[in-house]
Amino acid sequence: MRAPALLLLCAAAVVACAALAQTPVAAPAAAPLAAPIPAPPGMPTKRVIPLDQLKSGLAYTGDEVRAQQADDFGNPGMLWVERGEKIWNTADGTSGKSCASCHGDAKQGMKGVSVRYPAIDPATHRLQNIEARINASRVNDQKAAAFTLESEDMLAITAFINMQSRGQPIHVATDGEARAHFERGRAFYYTRRGQMNMSCATCHEQSFGKRLFAETLSQGQPNDFPIYRLEWQTMGSLHRRFRACLYGVRAELQPVGSQDFLDLELFLAWRAEGLKGEAPGVRR
Amino acid sequence: MADARIQLPPAAKRGENFEVKIAIRHAMETGYRVDDVGKPIPRNVIRELTCKYNGAEVLKVDMSSGFAANPLLQFWLVAQDAGDISFEWSDDLGKKYAEKATLSVA
Repeated sequence: MRAPALLLLCAAAVVACAALAQTPVAAPAAAPLAAPIPAPPGMPTKRVIPLDQLKSGLAYTGDEVRAQQADDFGNPGMLWVERGEKIWNTADGTSGKSCASCHGDAKQGMKGVSVRYPAIDPATHRLQNIEARINASRVNDQKAAAFTLESEDMLAITAFINMQSRGQPIHVATDGEARAHFERGRAFYYTRRGQMNMSCATCHEQSFGKRLFAETLSQGQPNDFPIYRLEWQTMGSLHRRFRACLYGVRAELQPVGSQDFLDLELFLAWRAEGLKGEAPGVRR
Repeated sequence: MADARIQLPPAAKRGENFEVKIAIRHAMETGYRVDDVGKPIPRNVIRELTCKYNGAEVLKVDMSSGFAANPLLQFWLVAQDAGDISFEWSDDLGKKYAEKATLSVA
């Protein structure tokens, strides 16, 4: 009994040594994907809301909020846009470059950019949303510190960049490397969760237009973000909105920028195909 | 960084009314809230705001925690001479802010 066990131990040690001795191999080209989310039973595999029936969340907010968003002075989000414009034109980091040094005038350079995100970053093969893209540029090109997600500066620069895509239709790529992310996002969307046992679809696909207490449920479209939410009394990103929804159904919260949220963001962007950008939005 | 936006008409006529708008980015923390661990968040609201038209005080606002965050004020003035519409305000932290815009009078 003892001899074979000893032999086995030796063999294991040899294998371990061999593994240690191996020169480190280059990281695989594709970043390892998070574990797939199992598809919930009855998950739709096609569009549920037809493209011609998509409505921005603005349609469900009420006249006062619509008026506030439409007024470029009364819209409080414009305070962040203005700050974002200053960030755009201010040199930062050891490179001494500003966003404008490379990208020029944002009105032309950033038009239609944010509506293409989230997208796969060709350098890291990871899914990036616009916030991650901004931080990649800050770290790699400007040699500056990344903005913390949900910080005033991050909200300001995303509000400024997303505003340049006002009126531009959302269109994201969901094929190739993005496919697995898209499938994860879809499974996340249709999975029931939390003490209320609700999925995103329960409210935003089966019940939009109906009342939830004093509010009208929207289709949950991402085209206005970042938004100034009157309840928050400040700006917030799409991921903050996800957290608010998860909190509402009493589900486990995730940090902003989590992989699940990124994948969900991709699915939502596909779901909102053709909807026009309206940032910065105002919501109750 | 931008703390406020001021809106004036492109040109006002002498003797006529014109509208002034100012939006201020300020959290207007009420002092009634607590943070995630239950510690009270100290009050920090704009306490006093003044507006001067060419150096003469034309508006003074005593603000308090009843105001929403990022307040927007709008009011009317009578156009006299071209010049600066300047605002000054301070909050509970003792921080002072100033912003101005230039009015042209036809």
